Amino acid sequence: MRIAIVDESAARASVIHEGLAPLSDCAIFVVTQRHGLVARIAEIAPDIVLINLGNPSRDVLEEYFAVSRALARPIAMFVEESDEASIAAAVDAGVSAYVVDGMAPHRIRPLLDLAIRRFSAFARLEADLAEAKGQLAERDAVDRAKRLLMDSRGLSEAEAYGELRRTAMNQGRRIAVIAEALITSHDLLQGAYPPQNPVSPKDTR
Amino acid sequence: MTAALTIGFLPLVDACLPILAREHGFAEDEGLSLALVRDMSWATVLDRLLYGHTDAAHLVAPLAISTTLGQGRPAQNLAVPFVLGLNGNAVTMRPELARRVGRPGALGDPAEVGAKLRIVAAERLAAGNPLRFGVVHRHSSHNYMLRYWLAACGIEPERDVAMITVAPPFCADALEMGDVDAICVGEPWNSVAVERGAGEIVLATAQIWRRGVEKVLALRETVLADRRTEIEALIRALIRAGRHFVDPANAEINAAILARPEYLDGSAALILRAITDQLLLARGGATIHYPDFMFQYREAANFPWVSQASWLYSQMIRWNGHVFDAADASKVARVFRPDVYRSALIGTGEPLPAASSKVEGSIVRTTAVGAQQGAITLENNRFFDGGIFDPADLDGYLSRLR
Repeated sequence: MRIAIVDESAARASVIHEGLAPLSDCAIFVVTQRHGLVARIAEIAPDIVLINLGNPSRDVLEEYFAVSRALARPIAMFVEESDEASIAAAVDAGVSAYVVDGMAPHRIRPLLDLAIRRFSAFARLEADLAEAKGQLAERDAVDRAKRLLMDSRGLSEAEAYGELRRTAMNQGRRIAVIAEALITSHDLLQGAYPPQNPVSPKDTR
Repeated sequence: MTAALTIGFLPLVDACLPILAREHGFAEDEGLSLALVRDMSWATVLDRLLYGHTDAAHLVAPLAISTTLGQGRPAQNLAVPFVLGLNGNAVTMRPELARRVGRPGALGDPAEVGAKLRIVAAERLAAGNPLRFGVVHRHSSHNYMLRYWLAACGIEPERDVAMITVAPPFCADALEMGDVDAICVGEPWNSVAVERGAGEIVLATAQIWRRGVEKVLALRETVLADRRTEIEALIRALIRAGRHFVDPANAEINAAILARPEYLDGSAALILRAITDQLLLARGGATIHYPDFMFQYREAANFPWVSQASWLYSQMIRWNGHVFDAADASKVARVFRPDVYRSALIGTGEPLPAASSKVEGSIVRTTAVGAQQGAITLENNRFFDGGIFDPADLDGYLSRLR
């Protein structure tokens, strides 16, 4: 069975690849480039395409599956009516699967289950990472706010922290939020944000 | 009591009404809390709708029809109680092609551009390098209007040129890299290509079919049945958003909202141009004013005319190698839901047409039409070649096109 994993996130693609690697009798191909995607898929001639749900190239791929005369067997989204539950699970996990016509469902389902598990695991990893990054950023903000208080009011580090903590408790907000507010008002007073047009055009992307 | 509704969309200017219904509090006034989910391909917008991540979606109209007919996936009945806008797309070509077939400094005349394009298409086909047109989805009005225009100009889309799919955010790249010679896409993506010098705008799709149906609000039929009261409230909120959107006094504030990172994440200046019917056709040129480039509210633009769904179905038959099927035709006629639109707006003073279908392309001058409520006049809704579509004679229309 030939499996193509299409994902612009190389990290996620390799996590999926790794998950599928133990399957016997499978050749796995990873495609992370948007440009030339259709030509690459034509070369690979996959039996199954796994693609992340939000991939911007999905319409392009579906068009290719629908019209390409080069395909001996049409590929469609996992279309057996009985597979609705599997598709729903896949969509929830953030993966879509396209399967070549005639592929036996009992061969597809274990593979799809595996892919779903890997996608979910990757999503958890990402969430953990985002949380860790958020905590780090908050700690930085609190450190910077402490320094501002120490410099401007001659407080010790412990006093500065106490001041932030007291304000946070009085206002019913988190220390990090108070720290951010302090930094923003300090930056404003220092002129860190020069005046701009209210609408700032980003003319090309 | 607030009801929550989640709506999927693609970053296009014509996703404006749900966004503005949320941002200006029109949804809240109707007791709704709207959440919006942005995606990058119609396939994803559709998956989220079908599997319940969203309750409703900003969708290319033909995709609501093909999904109901089960083309390419198991059939699921979708319902369209509201049209999010008419027209608003353009045909943008690589600069050297635009200069050869277009009119510098002005939008071209569709028949004249088509005649010149036919010569180029023949040359390119003979050289083994056919002209390549990018459209945003096979089931999009872009695809069907572009094909309608090409075929009427003697260019056979399946034989003389290549038609490929390009997602809207990558249209400018595709022109720049020479993957396509022309694209048909909504704003701001034509203007992005122009800003980069990757393309020049040659035609607006409103010149091919004036007042042609574009994006719709689609939802699963079962969701419409279960949440009918909330969907009707949503329709009232969207109508208010439409009225706000077309008022020139609000153009700047609305452009700034749409440009935000969570919505179009783009240039407010380019979005403002589309909203105010100003088009910069070529980099370094002057902007031109093309009235009703986008059409979001007047003339009961949001009313889901069943005849517009039928026209799209006629083109799906024409280009997808299908034959007319009476059962399919009646399924298609049930996708657009003027009954829901009416029951949402009865008693609001909003104009409501008396009929649910009309003969498309038949109006050449401002005409008063029968109204169940309020007064409605319709302006020119012609196809560029003078074609007239009578939904009662779909088969006859198709045989005349062949």
